[in-house]
Amino acid sequence: MVNILYFASFREMLGQANEQLPVQHSTVGALISDLALRGDNWKQALLENANLQIAVNHDVASRETVIKSGDEVAFFPPVTGG
Amino acid sequence: MSNMIEAYPFIKIQPADFDLTTENAKLREGHKDIGAVVSFVGTVRDINEGDEVSILELEHYPGMTEKALEKIRLEAHKRWSLEASLIIHRIGKMYPTDQIVLVAVASRHRENAFHAAHFIMDYLKTNAPFWKKETLPDGEVRWVDSRISDKEAEQRWAV
Repeated sequence: MVNILYFASFREMLGQANEQLPVQHSTVGALISDLALRGDNWKQALLENANLQIAVNHDVASRETVIKSGDEVAFFPPVTGG
Repeated sequence: MSNMIEAYPFIKIQPADFDLTTENAKLREGHKDIGAVVSFVGTVRDINEGDEVSILELEHYPGMTEKALEKIRLEAHKRWSLEASLIIHRIGKMYPTDQIVLVAVASRHRENAFHAAHFIMDYLKTNAPFWKKETLPDGEVRWVDSRISDKEAEQRWAV
């Protein structure tokens, strides 16, 4: 299982803060392709979003990052702290 | 969770406000070699993008935010000779004039503290997972967009 987190506007747009999905040895990009099949808001937020930010296990990641069972994957918009 | 906070004693993410004098005193405690302390305090503006703001709400990513801030802090210690540093970032609801963030840096000589505080703030803006949501007086709620100028500010420190 992979733990997936959605933050800020993503959480609101996708209607959930987190979920667990069974994922075989794969990449973030493959996971995104699967999630995008859920509907237009998923496609817009994750697949067609040039500003998508990704983290795997609390480190900045990319679509090419490899994920395995037990990992925590997070999707969020550009950060605006400070 | 408590272990995580213990792991980064110079990073604090909290809903509570902070007192600059108290934090500066703690930072200098036990150091006789400090000749300069630079403290930056970020506060809530009443106007953003031309609109009046009534409430500003800050969200973070527990675990990753602490790790990202510590990474920035340690990078500052690598680039400049510093004696101590501290980052406090508030989360939750805040109002115009409230304090949001404190970056305090202590060094033997002022040049290093000035540079390091500036660097930490610029990197925090673009690298630490925080998100701002603002409420306008008419009740409209919107997420604050990231600024290109913040990304440009970060670039000046590129090595």
